[in-house]
Amino acid sequence: MTEESAATVAGDEREARRSVFKRALSRPEFGSLVGAIAVLTFFSWRADTFLTARGLANVLDPSATLGIMAVAVGLLMIGGEFDLSAGVMVGATATMFALLTADAGLNIWLAMAISLAFAVLIGLFNGFMVLKTRLPSFIVTLGTLFMILGANVGLTRLITDTVIVSGVGNVPGFDFPFKIFAANPVGQFRITVVWWIVMTALATWVLLRTSFGNWIFGVGGDAQAARSVGVPVAFTKLMLFVYVSVSAWLVGMMNTFRLASASVSTGIGQEFEFIIAAVIGGCLLTGGYGSAIGAAIGALIFGMVRQGIVLSGWDSDWFFLFLGVMLLIAALINQIVRKKAEEARS
Amino acid sequence: MTVEIEVDSVSKHFGQVTALDDFSAVVKSGEVTCVLGDNGAGKSTLIKILSGVFPPDEGEVRVDGKKVRFMSPRDALKQGIGTVYQDLAMIPLMSVWRNFFLGTEPTRGVVPFRNLNTSWAKQTVVDEMGKMGIHIRDPEQRVGTLSGGERQSLAIARAVYFGARALILDEPTAALGVKQAGVVLRYIVMAKRRGLAVIFITHNPNHAYPVGDHFVILKRAQVEGDFRKEELSLDRLMQMMAGGEDLSNLVEELEQLATETGEADLAAAAHGIKDEVEGLHRLEGTDHRDETSA
Ligand SMILES: Nc1ncnc2c1ncn2[C@@H]1O[C@H](COP(=O)(O)OP(=O)(O)OP(=O)(O)O)[C@@H](O)[C@H]1O
Ligand SMILES: [Mg+2]
Repeated sequence: MTEESAATVAGDEREARRSVFKRALSRPEFGSLVGAIAVLTFFSWRADTFLTARGLANVLDPSATLGIMAVAVGLLMIGGEFDLSAGVMVGATATMFALLTADAGLNIWLAMAISLAFAVLIGLFNGFMVLKTRLPSFIVTLGTLFMILGANVGLTRLITDTVIVSGVGNVPGFDFPFKIFAANPVGQFRITVVWWIVMTALATWVLLRTSFGNWIFGVGGDAQAARSVGVPVAFTKLMLFVYVSVSAWLVGMMNTFRLASASVSTGIGQEFEFIIAAVIGGCLLTGGYGSAIGAAIGALIFGMVRQGIVLSGWDSDWFFLFLGVMLLIAALINQIVRKKAEEARS
Repeated sequence: MTVEIEVDSVSKHFGQVTALDDFSAVVKSGEVTCVLGDNGAGKSTLIKILSGVFPPDEGEVRVDGKKVRFMSPRDALKQGIGTVYQDLAMIPLMSVWRNFFLGTEPTRGVVPFRNLNTSWAKQTVVDEMGKMGIHIRDPEQRVGTLSGGERQSLAIARAVYFGARALILDEPTAALGVKQAGVVLRYIVMAKRRGLAVIFITHNPNHAYPVGDHFVILKRAQVEGDFRKEELSLDRLMQMMAGGEDLSNLVEELEQLATETGEADLAAAAHGIKDEVEGLHRLEGTDHRDETSA
């Protein structure tokens, strides 16, 4: 063994053993991890209620649903595309489900299945439009955003005369799906946190340990090159768009079961929060680089800052200042990382 | 495992540009077919059709007598056609081992748990590159940080690894040093001996002539000539690749520049080329043209 290592060192004296620290440094989520620790330290110092069970539950609660979306949007971004309709899809799948079951009296599971099918359809629509027209997904999904928003508000108002569909709690069979999507299994901690962790772990595994994950990096890095070496580019992108819409449906169900009602305004404007969380987590806006764990940490930072500001007794308006600063820092770090990875020679 | 690729009257247009015009040739296994021609002659267009990047506008490609219509490079890969693209088709932000196996990842396990065999993949890349004389320090290194020659070698190693029946190389030696270029030429000969059909595109006659069995000359999207090696001398090949007249012009330009600047080196270079061109013109009497491309 010693002989062997001596031979390799002799073979190329530039051989440098990369330390564990250096490896960690080169991970896309490294910056966000440092940021998360900094934010945690800061608010634990500012507000003594921050590090209590209640404080943590309040941090994790909004982080979880945001995180599920940020991870999905992050994977899509690594695959080189955006989905601006992800936010309104949360509200649209929720109201659709609520209308079908609370208003039209459909079986609760059937209503869930139909709204899920709708989410899959919208994902396919976004994907096909982007692939067929070759327009930037930013524009295509911006169109989808407004189409869905308009149709959702219009239809809901037409049917219920309001913009909120209530009475989901009275639908037969409410209890079991409530347990799956919205219960508090441990103290104040919601089951959504479990979903968040499971979805992040699953996305990480797919991204780093499967062929499909390799294709995601490939199509986001250079779609033409990826196609040239045999990656099914269209399939990969389609699946990513569907994954984002289905995640929106999942979060839509979580919201609806928790509140026992659905509002058309849910998720409006959140599409940028998903993207920002993914960028804070190290996903490149230009695609081809990033991580699912990073996007989840980005969402956690979001939750911590939002809750920390409240617990520190500050006006919640300061949240946006924080957000802007964090986004800029993250984008700068990402740019340096990208430059290093693409140009710098060891 | 022999293969015969027949390209029959294939044309390709890009808007107003005709990149390939009524091209026909036969590429046989156990042979190296060199495609030669000026910049923009249509060489890369031809190999992209054969690799499934895009279909031809007219004409057809037959593999073993059966008409094929590759919808994507994935189809061509399934037929065992490995390609080194001129632009290498590498993803700079991805690691060496991920690039090598992109599109054809080695997996283990059964379906819901099927996952990448990363340790094997990394070891294979290090081994395959080692065979080319390139020591990969870390298979996790990003391809964007490799040197130009290392990157080209990686693309070649990949094509050789996955090309089971045919190997297509579009200017694979452009960025390589003498040693690695030699390795590539040896690879080409080895692939040919294993019974692969090899298509080799290069601007360097000293690389093409020793390994080639069959030479197709492209000029402005059309076949200018189709020769067996026996019909062709290195000098004749050089002349055709350079275009005799163009060289005479170059000599004049160089001579003029030499008198203007008084640079002795330039004058010497002009003389050298002049001698070569004259030598080539003398050879022209022994020219055998074979326009009957099957
Ligand atoms: N995608 C494209 N769109 C438009 N024109 C193209 C495209 N691809 C190739 N062409 C044109 O077709 C012609 C042939 O190009 P091709 O790349 O096949 O040349 P080549 O023989 O490989 O040249 P080189 O030796 O420089 O690599 C060129 O005039 C080029 O401009
Ligand atoms: Mg070319």
